[in-house]
Amino acid sequence: MSKQSPISESSEWTFELIEQYHREIERIAKNFGLETYPVQLEIITAEQMMDAYASVGMPIGYTHWSFGKEFVNNEKRYKRGMMGLAYEIVINSNPCIAYLMEENSMTMQALVIAHAAYGHNSFFKNNYLFTTWTSADSIIDYLLFAKNYIAQCEERYGESRVEAFLDSCHALKNYGVDRYKRPPTISMQEEQTRQNEREAYLQSQINELWKTIPTKIDTELDQKKCCFPTEPQENILYFIEKNAPLLEPWQREIVRIVRKIAQYFYPQRQTQVMNEGWATFWHYTILNQLYDEGFVSDGFMVEFLQSHTNVIYQPAFDSKYYSGINPYALGFAMMTDIRRICENPTAEDRQWFPDIAGSDWQQTLDFAMRNFKDESFISQYLSPKLIRDFKLFSILDDDRKKEIEVTAIHDELGYQYLRQALAEQYNLGSLEPNIQVYNVDVKGDRSLTLRHYQHQRVPLDQTANEVIKHLASLWGFNVRLETIDSDESVVHTFECEK
Amino acid sequence: MAQIVDRRLNGKNKSAVNRQKFIRRFRQQIKKAVADAIAERSVTDLDKGEKISIPNKDTSEPFFHHGQGGHRERIHPGNKEFHKGDKIPRPDGGAGQGQGNEASDSGEGLDEFMFELTREEFLQFFFEDLELPNLVKTKLAAINETSKVRAGHTSDGIPTNINVIRSLRGAMGRRIALRAPYKNRIRELEAELEDLLKRHNESDAVIMALREQIAQLNKKIERIPFIDTFDLRYDNKIDRPKPTTQAVMFCIMDVSGSMGRDEKDMAKRFFMLLYMFLTRTYEKIQVVFISHHTLATEVDEETFFYSRETGGTVVSSALKLTAEIIQERYPSSEWNIYAAQASDGDNWHNDSKICRKIMTEQIMPYVQYYAYIEITEDRHQNLWQEYLHIKDNWANFAMRRIERIADIYPVFRKLFQKQEKQ
Repeated sequence: MSKQSPISESSEWTFELIEQYHREIERIAKNFGLETYPVQLEIITAEQMMDAYASVGMPIGYTHWSFGKEFVNNEKRYKRGMMGLAYEIVINSNPCIAYLMEENSMTMQALVIAHAAYGHNSFFKNNYLFTTWTSADSIIDYLLFAKNYIAQCEERYGESRVEAFLDSCHALKNYGVDRYKRPPTISMQEEQTRQNEREAYLQSQINELWKTIPTKIDTELDQKKCCFPTEPQENILYFIEKNAPLLEPWQREIVRIVRKIAQYFYPQRQTQVMNEGWATFWHYTILNQLYDEGFVSDGFMVEFLQSHTNVIYQPAFDSKYYSGINPYALGFAMMTDIRRICENPTAEDRQWFPDIAGSDWQQTLDFAMRNFKDESFISQYLSPKLIRDFKLFSILDDDRKKEIEVTAIHDELGYQYLRQALAEQYNLGSLEPNIQVYNVDVKGDRSLTLRHYQHQRVPLDQTANEVIKHLASLWGFNVRLETIDSDESVVHTFECEK
Repeated sequence: MAQIVDRRLNGKNKSAVNRQKFIRRFRQQIKKAVADAIAERSVTDLDKGEKISIPNKDTSEPFFHHGQGGHRERIHPGNKEFHKGDKIPRPDGGAGQGQGNEASDSGEGLDEFMFELTREEFLQFFFEDLELPNLVKTKLAAINETSKVRAGHTSDGIPTNINVIRSLRGAMGRRIALRAPYKNRIRELEAELEDLLKRHNESDAVIMALREQIAQLNKKIERIPFIDTFDLRYDNKIDRPKPTTQAVMFCIMDVSGSMGRDEKDMAKRFFMLLYMFLTRTYEKIQVVFISHHTLATEVDEETFFYSRETGGTVVSSALKLTAEIIQERYPSSEWNIYAAQASDGDNWHNDSKICRKIMTEQIMPYVQYYAYIEITEDRHQNLWQEYLHIKDNWANFAMRRIERIADIYPVFRKLFQKQEKQ
C-alpha cells in the first residue's frame, strides 16, 4: 500500500485545502460515531471575530450598550496583545455555524474544524440539556425576531427608554431560566403572529388579576388566599412578564426575549467542563488519526500540539496564572481518562468503575456525553488517578474561624470527598444565590417580596441593592428581598421603595 | 458536505452601533475626560485618539451573586505540602478566591474601565463644546486631500498611462538584443557561403542548404515582435498631500494675574481651533507663542499655558514683539501669517492708542487673519474701543467677547467662509 502524502505542507490555507481537510475530518468523525448537525464553516476577519465576541457568540443580536462595552474591552485587550482571539466560536444552531478566522494557519483551521464543527457540534446535538432546553432549528430565527422587535421598540418608544428597560432585564437574566417547561420550537413568522396574540391576551390577564373587587366574604378564607403566588417561583423574569401590573405589552415582550436568550445559554453554563472536554478530546483524537493515516505532516503536528498543550494547561493554585480550574484541562483529562479506564483498567479502576472498566470506550464516552451535566459528570466519572494527577485538595473557609482548613487531599481518604466537593462546585444551583419570588401584597401596597434562601451562611453581595432597584422598576412597586437562614428566620433585608 | 461561506466581505462593524450606544451612555464621563485631555495636550496635537477611563462602578452591570463570608469549600489543584487537617492563615485575597475573580489588566487597577476613543470620536467631543457648524466640522475632521503627481515609470498600469516614447525605446532595445545572435550567425554563414561559391555551383546541395539556413534565420529575425507587453512602460503617479504652502501662527496671550486657569483653558481651545484650521490648509505650520504682561516674551508652549505672572498689562509690548518677529523671520512673501490674541481686555489706558498704531502700521498689512477674543464679563475697556476702529478698517480682523466655549467659533466665521468659497 502506498504511503498517503500529506494534504498540505505550507501553513497557508485555501478554500480547496479547507475542503480537503474537512472531508477527511468528517470521515474520521463519522467513523468514530460522532453524530452532528450539518456543518457551516464561515471565514471571518479578526474584527468580525471581535464582533462575534461582543455579542456573546450570537450571530445576530439586538443592540445594547453593554455589548458595546464588551467590544471596546476586547478590542483594547486584543490590540495590546494581551489576548489571542480564541480559535473557536461555534453556534448551537442547525446547521451548526463555526467561525474560522482568516489570520489562522492551515493547522489552526483544521484544529477548529475538528474541535468546533465536530466536537461541540455533536455535543450540542446530543447532550440531554441541549436537546431539552434549546432548539437549534429555530434559534437564528428567534434572534432575528428579537433584534427586529427591539429595534422597532426603540423607534416607537425611544432608545433611552428601551435601553433602561433592557438594563433592568439584564440584571435579572440569570433568574429568567425555566427549569421545568420545555420551550417550544417555532419559526420566526409564527413567533411574530403569536407575539401579537400574546400581547392582547396578556394585557387582559393582568388587568383581571388586579381587578379584585373587595367583596366582603369570609375574612379567614381571604387570609388563606392572600398568598400570591401560591408557591414560590424561581423564574423571576417569567413572573414579572406574566404578573407585573404596570408593564406595557412591548415591555413584557422584551422581558420574554431576555428570558428566552438566557434560557438558550443556560445549558452552556451547566456543561462547560464537559462541552470543552468533549471538543478538546475529539480534536486531539481526530487530528492524531489524521497523522496516523499520513494526511498531515510532522510540522503540522508540532504546531497543533503546541496549541493544544497551551489550551489544556492547568496552573497550580500558587501560580500567578492561576484563576481556578481550567475547564479545558479538567474536561480533556476526564474524557481521556474514561477511554483509558475502558481500554487499560487498573485494579483500582475496576474497584471504582466496575461498570465501565474494560467496556467499549466509544459507547461509554457517548453515553457520558449524552446523559450528564458538569455536576453529575464529575460526581460519576472523576477517578482517583485524576485526583492524584491534578493533586487536588479542598480548602474550607469558614468566616467564624480564624484560619482556613485543608479538609481533604489526594489520598485514599480524600478521593470520595474531593469528588463530591468538586461536583458541588459545578452545581449552578449552589453557585448562584437561591432567590425566589415569595409573596405579593395583593391587598395592600402591591409590594413584591423575594426570599434568598441562604446556603452555608454565604451572604448576598451588596450589589444586590442595585439589582433590587432594577427589579422595582420592572415591578412598578416596592420590592423587598429577605435573606433566610437555615432556621427559617430573616437575617437580612434589602429594600427598594418605589 | 459542509458549506463554506466567506464572510470576510460582510461589514466588519457589526458592533459599531453598540459602541456608539456605549459612548452615548457615558458621554458625560467621556466629555470630562476629553476636556482633561485637551488641557494636557499641546495646541498642535489634536490629530489622534485618546485613552479614556471611566469609573468601573458606572459601567458595571449588577446581578445577584454571593458576597464574601459564610462557610464555603473550594477545590484547588497543585497540592504540594498540605495534609488533611492543616490550618493555614487566611490569605489577604479573602474568601472565595479563585472563581470569577478575573485578573486585572496589567496592574491597571480594577476601578477604572479604560478604552480608546478614535481620532474621529475625540474630535467630535472637541467640536461639541465649540458648536461648530456641521460643514466646518467635516472639513476639519477630514484627512488631508492629496493630489496625483508624476513619479517616474513603472512596468504596469492602465492603458491611458502608457508612455509611448519609453515603451518604443524599450521595444527597440529588445529587438536589437534579440536579433544580435541571429545576425552574427548569418554573417558567419554568408562568409562560409562566399567561400563555398568559389568551388561549387549554385545548384549544389551544400549551397542550397546554406541558403536555406540563412533564409530561415532571416525569418526568425522577422518573427521578433515589434512590440511586446514586456516593453510597455507606464507613467507612475503617486499621491502627494495637496497643501504645499506654509503658514505661521502667532498665539498672543495676556498672562497677567487677572487671567485665571479657566480663561486660559478657553484661550487654549481658541488657539487649537485656529491651528486645526491651518493644518487643513497649509502643509507646514509654525507656531509662535508670545505671552505678555507689562513685558512680552516669546516662550514655549508649556510656559505659555502654565506660567503665571502678576502685575499690570501693556498689550503693545506683545504687538511690538510680534511685528518684530514678522519682520525678522517671516517675510509675508513666503509665509501666510495668522494671529490669534486672547486677553481679558484690561490694558494700561495710555497704551491702547499705541496698540492701534502698531496694529494698523506694522501688523494688519502683513497678516491673513487676525482674531481677537476678550474673555471677561466686565464692561469693555479702552482696548476694545481702539480695536473697534481696526475692525472697521480691515476686513481680515475679527473680534469677539467670549463667555463660554461656544462663543469662540464666530470669531473665525469669516475665515472659514472664505475657505469655503475657494
